[in-house]
Amino acid sequence: MYQFEYHKASSVDDALKKLSSADDGKILAGGMTLLPTMKQRLAAPSDLIDLAGVYDLKGIKVDGASVTIGAMTTHYDVHSSAEVQKAIPALSKLAGLIGDPMVRHRGTIGGSLANSDPSADYPAAVMALGATIKTNAREIAADDYFKGLFETALEDGELIVSVSFPIPKRAAYQKFPQPASRYAMVGVMVAETADGIRVAVTGAGPCAFRVPDMEKALTAKFAPESVADIKISAEGLNEDIHASADYRAHLVTVMAKRAVAEA
Amino acid sequence: MAKVSMTVNGKAVSANVEPRTLLVEYIREHLRLTGTHVGCDTTQCGACTVHVNGQAMKSCTMLAVQAEGAEVTTIEGLAKGDELHPMQASFKENHGLQCGFCTPGMVMAGIDIRRRHPNADEQTVRHELEGNLCRCTGYHNIVKAIMNAQV
Ligand SMILES: Cc1cc2nc3c(=O)[nH]c(=O)nc-3n(C[C@H](O)[C@H](O)[C@H](O)COP(=O)(O)OP(=O)(O)OC[C@H]3O[C@@H](n4cnc5c(N)ncnc54)[C@H](O)[C@@H]3O)c2cc1C
Ligand code: FES
Ligand code: FES
Repeated sequence: MYQFEYHKASSVDDALKKLSSADDGKILAGGMTLLPTMKQRLAAPSDLIDLAGVYDLKGIKVDGASVTIGAMTTHYDVHSSAEVQKAIPALSKLAGLIGDPMVRHRGTIGGSLANSDPSADYPAAVMALGATIKTNAREIAADDYFKGLFETALEDGELIVSVSFPIPKRAAYQKFPQPASRYAMVGVMVAETADGIRVAVTGAGPCAFRVPDMEKALTAKFAPESVADIKISAEGLNEDIHASADYRAHLVTVMAKRAVAEA
Repeated sequence: MAKVSMTVNGKAVSANVEPRTLLVEYIREHLRLTGTHVGCDTTQCGACTVHVNGQAMKSCTMLAVQAEGAEVTTIEGLAKGDELHPMQASFKENHGLQCGFCTPGMVMAGIDIRRRHPNADEQTVRHELEGNLCRCTGYHNIVKAIMNAQV
């Protein structure tokens, strides 16, 4: 790891100030992605600005219509929250499938969404539930947030403050974990929301995406057989030593079927 | 350099470290507590697992400065004199180790699993052990040790 300066932010404003006065500063949340990247010298920020002491970025609020999760809330806290379990059980389950217990104790929802790994789990929930990402500057709708491989709508120096998930009528998440890393080879969340049925896929493409054909079929009839014959095109899907694009396309249908059955 | 202070195994410690010093480096090289191992250095194997404020974490993927003010427990902090911690005793009883390299991390992870799941069944323990790799035992006796520990 190359040398850097370490700063503790006391508030969101303080973090933004420290970020803008640094040469090439980066926010540090749980460090579960950033620190391994720095160890490999794939990232070499001049300054790290740690959000761990910004306490108002941590915590979960539930009202009648939505679950709002602070950016610095850990995967473990989302998974084990009785309120999340009651309001959106699929979201609690998803958080409990991320990595392993030690990763879940440190990794945060804000870090995961800022990073937007193609195989990350949270993007499926953000897309399927139609969540809103709140930053220091604005609110970004899920459908406008994911732009490509590790690419989001976030501007340079923009900070995620919280994520708001509308409570669905029902939802379920099914993940086919990559056997070594446990990231999603393919993950599908299916949700019946106030705005209709939404089906979102992670792991298969450069970033999370919806499957309109499946949404239509499930609107006509919400049953596993409605999606059983809907194949998505393998074109542009991820391909690596773990799975071909064709196999990932196939898994999308299988995981969607299972998610509908569970919802 | 950055000044860092924390409590390790009940003892207050502090030092001036480079900000890039990993918590595991601080524990092993500054404090000379070499029971905590580095297996992979890439957040995969869990050999470096310690407790920070009561939760299991991988100390190879944490900066020492991130543990500022924290209570850290390492494998050395478990036994009371000659009396093994019940999780350590259970690993001995159930033959939960062979070469022993993964064992400090397994024991720390095991305590954390039983804290969160006091009556963990086999399936739960296996799922919860996803972040700890063992190259020797085939896991069977590790799972038994964690399930049967009198914690
Ligand atoms: C062994 C292992 C297994 C894993 N398995 C999975 C898995 O199965 N599924 C999965 O989804 N993930 C997995 N992860 C990734 C994990 O979920 C990370 O916690 C997450 O991707 C990053 O979150 P973090 O809080 O650690 O962020 P960090 O690593 O601290 O930061 C990541 C990036 O986001 C930026 N950032 C952080 N917070 C903010 C913010 N509030 N606003 C703007 N930018 C911000 C940082 O500057 C950095 O660029 C795994 C990680 C490991 C090490
Ligand atoms: S050494 Fe930390 S996880 Fe392997
Ligand atoms: S006992 Fe040898 S690695 Fe686990």
